[in-house]
Amino acid sequence: MGYEYDWSVVLRPDAWFEAIYITLLYGIGTTLVGLLLGLFLGLVLISSFAPGRWAVQLFIGVFRCTPALIQIVWFYYAFPIVLGVNFPAWLAAGCGLTFYMAAFSAEIFRGGVQSIDRRQWSACRSLCMSYWQTMRHVILPQTLRRMTPAIVNQAIIQFKNTSLLSVVAVHDLMYTANALTSETYRPLEVLTFAALIYIAVIWPMASLTNFFERRAHRRLA
Amino acid sequence: MSFITVRNLTKTFGDFHALDDVSLELEEGKTAAIIGSSGSGKSTFLRCLNLLETPTRADLRIGPQEVRFESDRQVRGPKDALAFRREMAMVFQSFDLFPHMTALQNVALAPALVRKMSRGRAQALAAQLLDRMGLGERAGHFPGQLSGGQQQRVAIARALAMEPKVLLFDEATSALDPELVGEVLDVMRALAKEGRTMLVVTHELHFAREVADVLIYFDKGRIAEMGPPAELLGNPRTDRLKAFLTRYNHMLGH
Repeated sequence: MGYEYDWSVVLRPDAWFEAIYITLLYGIGTTLVGLLLGLFLGLVLISSFAPGRWAVQLFIGVFRCTPALIQIVWFYYAFPIVLGVNFPAWLAAGCGLTFYMAAFSAEIFRGGVQSIDRRQWSACRSLCMSYWQTMRHVILPQTLRRMTPAIVNQAIIQFKNTSLLSVVAVHDLMYTANALTSETYRPLEVLTFAALIYIAVIWPMASLTNFFERRAHRRLA
Repeated sequence: MSFITVRNLTKTFGDFHALDDVSLELEEGKTAAIIGSSGSGKSTFLRCLNLLETPTRADLRIGPQEVRFESDRQVRGPKDALAFRREMAMVFQSFDLFPHMTALQNVALAPALVRKMSRGRAQALAAQLLDRMGLGERAGHFPGQLSGGQQQRVAIARALAMEPKVLLFDEATSALDPELVGEVLDVMRALAKEGRTMLVVTHELHFAREVADVLIYFDKGRIAEMGPPAELLGNPRTDRLKAFLTRYNHMLGH
């Protein structure tokens, strides 16, 4: 006795569009803010300020080595209680994922800066350029180009991790899929369709960045 | 009075004496060629002079700028370290151009940032210097699109753009394919003829004999011999220099 598919249950464009919008919002928002925060943490990580380095190392250790799901739940439920402040729910939900992204991109950034030939620093010092002039004009542009593949990779993971937000009642793709499933008892169709949407959203973005990256490489080759 | 004075320059890395009490003087407009086998301290000497390495102990003067180091620390003129470095510009063995910038941008960057020239003026200066290096056509090329010889000439233009009083060359032709060495030596020869003050670490003994006013032979972190090139090369006094020259000639198949 075979399973009889009923794809009509996924025909809920209004619900899906709303969900895609929420997923994109959290995906892009937490990726960009996390990336910026990660760059800042990365700068501290390679600085000569030891207490700053230790603090960032602790931050990275905690956020890289705990599951994103726990971080999300923790920021959503525990953080407001611990600090005794009331965050807007959307902000509390995004905090965990943002810090998760920041921890990974700080490490990617540190690796990128340290992969730049030390002689680039010597050349700049010899030209009497300051640390920040060297960083801004010579090291950062090369680092950002070099770390793009790793960041794109991390951004893809980040977009998929937005599905974890469904546990704190963010009405994203995963939440919508779960809701439709309990409404229709058709997890196979609904989840497959949701997976297709994730692919349709993430794949083009990844391909586009790969395209720009290849173009930049051609110019430098 | 000499333009460059180096007194008692010592540089240690742990127990290893990379430079051991090196002193020398050079007059304005003169070229000194520095030779020696690898590990003899000649590159470390240039890097210490440029303050890329902190000397363990030294009194250094270029023109009016003086700095003093004791126990791996600068004890005199710490504020002047930058002004001291500003007196010179260095050309490196591995060119060390900025790969994400065009030749023009490579040359124009430091004048705009450090000499506070406007973008337009810095680029005009860069274009003019690249022209002088015979690279006017290549101004828009990235380092990766240039030959080694062309890259090194861009690096020389980048150094000249700082309008230094002293030029330092750290084995500027050692990384080049043999057929590209000539074009870089031609540029260096022309700069010496212009009356620039230059310190040139090199393995090109013919070039040193022809261009240098003073030849300095480094051995084990010390200046073992110093004098007119023809004299040192024709009539070496120390056994170490004799052996060095024999090895060198043997290598060239003479």
